[in-house]
Amino acid sequence: MAQIFSRSADTWLRLGLLVLFVGLTGGLLVALALDRSDYRTGRNWVVEQPLPFSHAHHVGELKIDCRYCHSSVESSAMASLPPTETCMTCHSQIWKNADLLEPLRKSLRESQPLHWQRVVELPDYVYFHHGVHVNAGVGCSECHGAVDRMQLMFKAEPLSMGQCLACHRDPAPHLRPAGQVTRLQWHTDQDRRALGEQLMKDRRIDPRGLSDCGICHR
Amino acid sequence: MRPEPLLHDTGHFLPRDLSDQQVSRQVFGPLQQFPRRVAWRWLFGIAITLLLMYLASATVLLANGVGMWGNNQPVHWGYGILNYIWWLGIGHAGTFISALLLLIERPWRHTLNRLAELMTLMAVICAALYPILHLGRPWLFYWILPYPNEMGLWPQFKSPTAWDMFAILSYLTVSLLFLLVGAIPDFATARDRAQGALRQTLYGLMALGWRGSQQHWALWRSTTRVLAMLAIPLVFAVSSGYSFLLTMGPQSGWHSTLFPPYFVAGAVFSGFALVALLAIGVRWLLHIEALITLRHLDMLGRLLLATGWLTAYGYLMDLFMPFYSGDTHEIEVLLTRLSGPHAWSFWLAIVCNVGVLQALWWRSVRQRPGVLAAVALAVLVGMWAERFMLVIPPQTRDFLVSTWGGYTPTIWDWTLFIGSFGVFLLPYSLFLRYVPMVSAFEVKQALHQERGDD
Repeated sequence: MAQIFSRSADTWLRLGLLVLFVGLTGGLLVALALDRSDYRTGRNWVVEQPLPFSHAHHVGELKIDCRYCHSSVESSAMASLPPTETCMTCHSQIWKNADLLEPLRKSLRESQPLHWQRVVELPDYVYFHHGVHVNAGVGCSECHGAVDRMQLMFKAEPLSMGQCLACHRDPAPHLRPAGQVTRLQWHTDQDRRALGEQLMKDRRIDPRGLSDCGICHR
Repeated sequence: MRPEPLLHDTGHFLPRDLSDQQVSRQVFGPLQQFPRRVAWRWLFGIAITLLLMYLASATVLLANGVGMWGNNQPVHWGYGILNYIWWLGIGHAGTFISALLLLIERPWRHTLNRLAELMTLMAVICAALYPILHLGRPWLFYWILPYPNEMGLWPQFKSPTAWDMFAILSYLTVSLLFLLVGAIPDFATARDRAQGALRQTLYGLMALGWRGSQQHWALWRSTTRVLAMLAIPLVFAVSSGYSFLLTMGPQSGWHSTLFPPYFVAGAVFSGFALVALLAIGVRWLLHIEALITLRHLDMLGRLLLATGWLTAYGYLMDLFMPFYSGDTHEIEVLLTRLSGPHAWSFWLAIVCNVGVLQALWWRSVRQRPGVLAAVALAVLVGMWAERFMLVIPPQTRDFLVSTWGGYTPTIWDWTLFIGSFGVFLLPYSLFLRYVPMVSAFEVKQALHQERGDD
């Protein structure tokens, strides 16, 4: 009887199985890596804005506090974007003829707000309250990074669910004393965990249940 | 007790002088020349129709969501769970026959194990599709798997959904391996007898280069034994596992400590019923009455009777326990099972699984294929009614009277369930044409051992 398979058939079969195995595991790894890439999460990608507002200049050099513009951050779910009038508190006096600021003046003239583009957007099924976090002592830079060094605004963190949960499961090392929350370059020589645990005790923060589904998915 | 003359008084239940050639002709003949072509075409046509029905129902379900089904407040577990349990239970008998009877060396199993293993495979697949469709968003089914994810989450290991996934996946893997490894020598024979290059190549691939050397046989023997030892605990683990699905629920009537063995017995019972039905069908379709003899059917009837009584003990205990506990709500739920709106399911289960089953005490019933098939069919219906009785009525009677409600399956529940027989039958009808349905080499070995010529 003639041979059905060639002499190398067995090698090819084994090679095929190996390629299949490597392909499947490799494909999974590639998919997981792509899932975490900045391209997918939007991390470090500058978002185009109606005018090129520089946080590095206003926060880093001029030392304007976050809350001067994002005024409802301590009391509301949204940090809020400043109305044109807030910009005009300064820009009606300085750089009032700069070409760069023409969209701002137009906004005031026509009583039309500037269409700032969202940089950080959580899905609608996530409930996030800025006020709660700020009052608990979570620094702005924990999620938003070194905003005072960003010429143009971008997301500094992927802000995935894993990040939310990492902090909710173990909040202590992420907490700061009151008054230091908006200090983007704040630094302490104290042990963050010990400090955080003390702060939690003082503010009566109970971490039990913080990682329950219903905390964020209401 | 002397068997009747037509029945062979041998360990393998076959005529003592059955030759190797006769066995080979009966097993491998149908792969080339199928005996009952017209009947097979009918079977295949029905299978395709049912499968299309299944696909249509699944499409409607995916397009519109689980709301197409009848489950709602307060009955969250409707046909999705009940049919899952029914199908998965059926699968267990295949493993029981092929693995347990292999290890305790019952030579008569060799004519039944292949068709039972194929049944197991397809039944497990029919069952596995149910939880996936039930998820609501089936395309996210991989969320049940433990994989590194950016959500920082593991699957909920306390959830029955995760258990389903582990149970089915391990059971499917072991069943498939057992089937494929166990059939290697037969695929090799099919390869050697095949005409046409395509068949030779495909059977050759399945045979994985089997030459029948001593080394091959030694490896094969240890592999199948190891797989059998893996498979047997799985039967008990998986079916006790899905009895715990119910135990995790807050409903009364689901917390008897008897549940795991009760479910194992019920699973193997319903499985034997389908094995008996398939054995009767396969022996007629392939014209292999000489290989699957009346003695085999007789033995299946006995196994059916024995496991049926184990299940009946479960019913008896289920009737006793609520009164023994004295818990008023447990008693309320039991009375709902007995006389509530779904009481038909309880009594149908009793009539079929306890009543009709007793016909099997008579040898003349066990040895008449038509009658045995009728009893097996009754058992399948009865076991389905039992799953209904176990799953549905307790949910209609919650702890608060204000949340009491009813349950009516919709047309889509029915079409999906009836269609799932197409998922089972279509591959099975193809197996009939292309897979050696009897483990020919093991039968030959048993014949030689019985004759004492090595």
